[in-house]
Amino acid sequence: MTGKATARSMRLLVTLAGLVALWGALARWGHVPPYMLPGPDAVARALWTQRAQLAPAALTTLEETVLGLVLGIGAGGALAIGMAVCAPLRRWVMPMVLLSQAVPVFALAPLLVLWFGFGMASKVVMAVLVIFFPVTSALGDGLRQTEPGWMDLARTMGATRWRVLVHVRLPAALPSFASGVRMATAIAPIGAVVGEWVGASSGLGFLMQTANTRFQTDLMFAALAVLAVMTVLLWWGVDRLLARALYWLPRHADVD
Amino acid sequence: MRAPPAIHLEGVGLDFGAAPLFRNLDLCIGAGTMTVLLGASGVGKTSLLRMLGGLVAPDYGRVVAGDGLPLAGRVAWMGQQDLLLPWATAMDNVMLGARLRGDRLDRDRAGRLLDCVGLSSHAAALPATLSGGMRQRVALARVLYEDRPVVLMDEPFSALDSVTRARMQDLAGRMLAGRTVVLITHDPLEACRLADHMLLMAGHPARLDGIAVPAGAVPRAVDDAGVLAAQSVLLRMMMQ
Repeated sequence: MTGKATARSMRLLVTLAGLVALWGALARWGHVPPYMLPGPDAVARALWTQRAQLAPAALTTLEETVLGLVLGIGAGGALAIGMAVCAPLRRWVMPMVLLSQAVPVFALAPLLVLWFGFGMASKVVMAVLVIFFPVTSALGDGLRQTEPGWMDLARTMGATRWRVLVHVRLPAALPSFASGVRMATAIAPIGAVVGEWVGASSGLGFLMQTANTRFQTDLMFAALAVLAVMTVLLWWGVDRLLARALYWLPRHADVD
Repeated sequence: MRAPPAIHLEGVGLDFGAAPLFRNLDLCIGAGTMTVLLGASGVGKTSLLRMLGGLVAPDYGRVVAGDGLPLAGRVAWMGQQDLLLPWATAMDNVMLGARLRGDRLDRDRAGRLLDCVGLSSHAAALPATLSGGMRQRVALARVLYEDRPVVLMDEPFSALDSVTRARMQDLAGRMLAGRTVVLITHDPLEACRLADHMLLMAGHPARLDGIAVPAGAVPRAVDDAGVLAAQSVLLRMMMQ
């Protein structure tokens, strides 16, 4: 398994190196002005020289993302459970949840900044709005698809509703919930960054916005690279946590 | 365990969609006996069993216990799959009923039952690490932990290989003796080994017909001459 993991990292490294080489070649010999496409060397330089600016910005975005994730997963999970145990709640709230997805969250961003201010709150709300639906629908699906045989068994055992929920339905829904959480982890930073884009005083989105207006394209790329690395690391951490929580699932991810 | 009751079906009928699955069934399932229910797929055996277990209400007639007390709370269920929770250990699966009712967990008793089914060294194992036969033995221990006077089994051993199945029949026959058991099976040998009474369910709407069973106490030996003879007769009957 470790051999396979090494092979996987090798493949990833080779692909990344190839992409960076392609980018470097395009920047150097492609007759593209550096304010449109700075080379990898320029971006690396910007990463180092602007670290005093990038680090706190990344920290702000990370904070917003993690807060948004915690709140969004908590609220989305709670709503899914509520809808699973209470049919009237499902009938009344589910159309609203669907409707909320019909409104593009990006269009709401200026409103959210207006309501929740230029600080962290509006970005957290933005991230929550972005991840709410995948979390709720993933857990909701999981809770609806409890193995009917288990429900029969529980009924003959004289189980109470709540105990069936806690000991059978929720654990059974965890794999589905986990895929919702993985998805949420990947898209929550987008929510935070879009919020920063519209109106903020710090964060990677804010930094990109200012760099863009000043034609500091290398800094923009540097901020983008930090955001990408941060998102991947966050995803990886969440994935490890979920794999540990779902110790009983066969691990298909390690097969290849 | 309280005394096992007889179960009476009085004019029972059940519809499947618009079509009647069965109508006007009258039957007495003897207290403390093993009744085996045979029949083609889709004839309504599982629906009948679910009705006995209170999982589905009859559309007509009623199901009553011989002692006049309600059946609810006196039934243990064993399905076609082992229905073990994959995240729980063998021990926790055995005690599932207690956990779902909020009763005190009796680990000693669960341990003894795992010992009875030959799995004392696998108490902490997750179901995925056990073989099909071992999983089905955990499911049997779970039934025994419930200690209910009525046990309903829906093809519990159909997914096992024939040797493991024969062993499970011995085990189940011994461990469930004295309870009112209804067992669905497609396997004529299994029926002939385990049945005190045998019923063939056939037709649309379905009827129940009694079939003679071989002599001797349950579980009968696999090489018992009476069992083997009855098995061939039964197989021929089922092929018609």
